[in-house]
Order: sequence, then C-alpha cells, then structure tokens
Amino acid sequence: MELFGGINPAVLIASLMVAAVPILLAAIGELVVEKAGVLNLGVEGMMIMGAICGFVAAVESGSPLVGFIGGALGAAALSLIFAFLTQVLLANQVATGLALTLFGLGLSSLIGQGYVGIKPPLTGEVPFGPLADIPVIGTILFQHDWMVYASIAVIAAVWAVLRYTRTGLIIRAVGESHDAAHALGYKVIRIRVLAIMFGGAMAGLGGAYISLVRVPQWTDGITAGAGWIALAIVVFASWKPWRVLVGAYLFGGITVLQLNLQAAGARIPVEYLSMSPYLITILVLVIMSADKSRAALNAPAALGRNFHASR
Amino acid sequence: MLILEKRPSPSRFWQGATPVLAVALTMIAGGVMFAILGKNPFEAIRTIFWDPVFGEFAWYFRGQLLVKAGPLILIAVGLSLGFRAGIWNIGAEGQYIMGAIFGAAVGLAFYPASGWFIFPLMVLAGGFGGWLWAMIPAILRTKFRTNEILVSLLLVYVAQSILSSMALGALRNPEGGGFPGSRNLSQYPAAANPEIIAGSGMHWGVVAAFIAVIAAYVLLQRHILGFHIRLAGQAPRAARFAGVSPDRLVVLCMGISGALAGLAGLFEVSGPAGQISIDFASGYGFTAIIVAFLGRLNPLGILLAGLLMALTYVGGDNASTNLGLPSASIQAFQGMLLFFLLAVDLLSNYRIKFLLKERA
Repeated sequence: MELFGGINPAVLIASLMVAAVPILLAAIGELVVEKAGVLNLGVEGMMIMGAICGFVAAVESGSPLVGFIGGALGAAALSLIFAFLTQVLLANQVATGLALTLFGLGLSSLIGQGYVGIKPPLTGEVPFGPLADIPVIGTILFQHDWMVYASIAVIAAVWAVLRYTRTGLIIRAVGESHDAAHALGYKVIRIRVLAIMFGGAMAGLGGAYISLVRVPQWTDGITAGAGWIALAIVVFASWKPWRVLVGAYLFGGITVLQLNLQAAGARIPVEYLSMSPYLITILVLVIMSADKSRAALNAPAALGRNFHASR
Repeated sequence: MLILEKRPSPSRFWQGATPVLAVALTMIAGGVMFAILGKNPFEAIRTIFWDPVFGEFAWYFRGQLLVKAGPLILIAVGLSLGFRAGIWNIGAEGQYIMGAIFGAAVGLAFYPASGWFIFPLMVLAGGFGGWLWAMIPAILRTKFRTNEILVSLLLVYVAQSILSSMALGALRNPEGGGFPGSRNLSQYPAAANPEIIAGSGMHWGVVAAFIAVIAAYVLLQRHILGFHIRLAGQAPRAARFAGVSPDRLVVLCMGISGALAGLAGLFEVSGPAGQISIDFASGYGFTAIIVAFLGRLNPLGILLAGLLMALTYVGGDNASTNLGLPSASIQAFQGMLLFFLLAVDLLSNYRIKFLLKERA
C-alpha cells in the first residue's frame, strides 16, 4: 500500500484516532449540553482553559492523571460562569458563549505565562503486551494511551444514558420542551446547569489532551479552533453520540493526512493544506444542513431558548 | 427570597445605565485580578484608565486612542446591524484580514506608480474583499440553512492561512531579503493612509468610522431598512407578515458588516500596520463584538464603547510597560467586561422583587 506518498495506512488510522480525541471529547460534551436545550458557543474557551489548567496541574504534580483532572475541573469552573449568566440571569446564550471564548483565551494566556517551553510529564501507552505486536491490528487498536480508549468509552456511556436511562429521558425532555418538563416537576435550571458542567468538563479533558499529549507543550491559542470544529461536529452528527465518533474520526483523518502531506513535501503549499480541515468542516456542515428533514428532526426543540418560570 | 418579574418592555433607564454599571463592576473585578497578579490594583486601574487621557504623556496616548478606536467602531457598527436582526456574523476578523489583503494587493500592483486614484481603488478593493468573505456564510445560510455563526468563524482560520500564504508568497516584498511580509505601504505615498493631522491619530479609517456611525444612526432611525432590521430582531413573525424577506436581510446585514470590516482592514494595513505580515491579524474583529454589545447595538453607544475599549488597549500597553502587567490580562479584562454587561442586562428586562415569605 503506497498510497499518499508512502504513508502507512495502519499508522494513519492509529494517528487519526489520537488526533480526534480532543474534538471527540469536546463534541460529546456539547452534545449533552445541546440535548438539554442549551447552546454553549464557549467550547473553544473552555477547551483552552482545560488545556492550560491541565498543563499546569500535570507539570506541578508530575502526573498526567492529575493533569487531566485539573483540566476538567478548570473548564467546568469556567462553564459555571456560563451557567450562572444564562440560567440564573437569563442572558443571551449566543453572546454569553462568545464572551466565554474571549475570556477563556485571555485568562489562559495569563495563567500560562510561566509555562511556555516546558515539557509536561509523558502520558504512556496502555501496556497490552503481545497484543500490541500484532501487525496492523496491533498498531491500530493496542498502541494508544488510555485517553483514546476513555474517549470512546465516554461516547458509549453518553449513548447508553441518553437512550436507556431515566436520567437520559429527563435530559431530553428538558431540551425538547422546558415548560412541559417544568410542569412535570423537573428542575429545569438544575438539570441544565449540570449538563453545562458536564460539557465543560469534557471540553476541558479535550483541551488537556491537546496540551499534554498532542502537542505536548503550552503556547497561546493552542486549541486553534478545535472548539468550533467540535460545535460543527455536533451538527454533523445530528445530535447522535455514535455519529460524533464518526465525525471526529473523519476530521482526525483529514488533519493527520494534511500533516503527513506537509511532512512528505507535497506540492501544495503548507498554508493551503492547513486550512483544509476548516474548509472540509464547512463543506460537511453545508451538506448536513441542506438536507432539511434530517437536521430539523433531531435538533432539540428548545435549543438556545432560556427558561424562566413565570409562576 | 428573590424573584424575577419580566417587564412588559425593557426599562429605558436601565438600558442606558447597564453599560456604566458593567464598566464599574469590571473595574472592581479587574482590580481583584490585578491584586492577585501582585500589582497595586488602584495604580493599575489608574494607569489603564486615567493616565492615557489625563496623564503626563496624554498627548501621545490620545492619538493612539483614535488609531485603536477607528477599526473597532467601524467593525462594530456593521456587526450591530446584523446582531439586531438576529444574524450572527462573528467572523469579522476574517473579513478584516481579507479586506486588508485585497486592498494591499491592489496598492502593490501599482507600485511604484503614482496617481490620485490608487488609494480610492484600494479602499474599494478592501471593502469588496470583506464583503466577498462575508458573502460565503450569507449565501450558505440563505441557500442551505447552514449556521452562519460556525461558517463565519471557521472562515477566520482560513483567512489566517491565506494571510500567511500571502505574506510568505504572492505579496512578499521582492526587495525584503527573503523576510516574510509585503512592501511597507506607508512608505509608498500613493497607497499610504497617513495621519490627516500629524500626531492626532486621525487617519482615513477614523473618518470612515465616524461616517459609519452617522450613516447607521440615520439608517436605523429614518430608513425603512433600519426599521425592518429592528423588526426582524424583535418580532421575527411579525416581520415576515410585514413582507420582510429574512434572506434579503441576511445578505444585506452580512454584506454591510463584511464590507465595513474589510475597510477597517484596508485602513489598518495602509496606515498603522503598514504592511501585510504574518501577525497582521490583531483580534479587532473579535473585540468589536464586545464593543457592539457594550454600545447596546446603538451607533452612538458604539462610538463611546469603541473609545472606551481603545482605552483598555492603550492603557493596557501603558500598564505592561510601566507596571509589568501581562498584556494577556487586558484580554481577560475585556472578556470580563462582556460578562458583566450580559449579567446586568437582566435589570433592563426584568424587575427583581424581594419576597419575605416563600409562597406555599
């Protein structure tokens, strides 16, 4: 197989799984938030807060695990600002999401001042022993760090919870009709705040994965639009968890492919290759939204509308 | 306990008072942030907000204030039209970059010729570049119902890639010794956008910003299109019954905001920045979103908000040289301002009531 100028397909698949982890996590978090009827456009801001908080926690403690926990907590804390503004103070969700991104970018570069040029502790591969040595399959499935597996597990968990459990039913009810859910006695605001925090924590994990594994170091603006792509992937997935996985892997594939083409010295200039993921995301969005029946059927009916119980 | 009661219509008093309250709260929270960073909060606030206007070196800073405020106001006025109609163009940064590239390309094409017509042509090209870039999300929204927020934002990253490709390739200065970046337009008289009065900071971009404020004010108060924009934002259904075409509004609002952002880019590249370089994009397109909200989407409010936001830039620079305050803290400060603004907006739409006893 000498496709794409000597790039090994097994290695390509293995590395796209790694490249997809940040947007996979951020997108599945945002999916739950949107299922609960909240549109949080601050994913980019929460991701970069997760990236810096995770980086600081990992460097200071020497443990990548503490780093990931720190990233999730930092971003969840930021998402609480969004939750307070939109759920309690009833602020416009679009504007508040943008504010979250602008604030997150500023605050992260403030926190990250002393951390430029430092290497974080290494996140190792999960030891699968002989399984890892199987040709092709071993490379694709058994040579990853634990976050790759964890991210797939999160997708499965979100899918199962939304589909089979009472919690999932309540989340969906709140997202479809907050008035009906309120009339049934569910605490709309509390459920939405919890969903927003889950979304924040997932975005934070994704961000931490960028600064701890993907890059791995800290620079300003390290997420480079990953949060926005995660938002697009939720639309692409028409709010279905497993399709988030498909979308994220598709995107990861494009990212890895264009990086490999850059390294292989393809004739296309580097700048045009690096804009390709964004262009393809736009293209996918257009295809998804052009199909009216599909997009309209699945979007939560109360998406982006604030809830105020008028006695 | 506290309960919120929706007002029949937004309070006029609070609509005017909330931006002032938000600024005051941001100063307090910012002071706390500066204190955490180990700086004297009072000195920091004074360095940012007082010294540039009334301090010893105000003669220098006041000019800088207009230089920063010009593009912010120009972009924010355009964005506010769309925001009022519920059309979210948040990719002004990309339109700003494309305007600069188009405008600079026209100017550089004429190098080293001279002629009065070169600069006006560049202005047209700049506006066209921004308009063109904004038309992508506008057309995708009207033809395919694609979300304009995501598309316009993703196009910012595409524009940034094109910018670095231009700085390294097509527009690179052939006499620049291989360094990235175009010829310096401010040293090419036919294409330069110099200060109209030396030392005042007043260049053609600032003039354009003032014209845009007046034009937007007239449009919103006196023109049927302005009425349609306000109607579509406040009562979309009523607007449709009144025969307002949502698609036409999308194309118009995106087009106007794109063209204004493109103009801002052109005036910046031919004036204060001087050249197309990799780091030309400075975030004006994003900060202008804050300016638009801080000005309550009102042209005159945006004028004041733009000047205030310019003050945080200029004062922030001042504080980073004099107090060693990290420049990133200004960005966080600006984000905080938008938070407080959105938070206190509650007061104009709701009444807060205190209940002594909880109802059964």
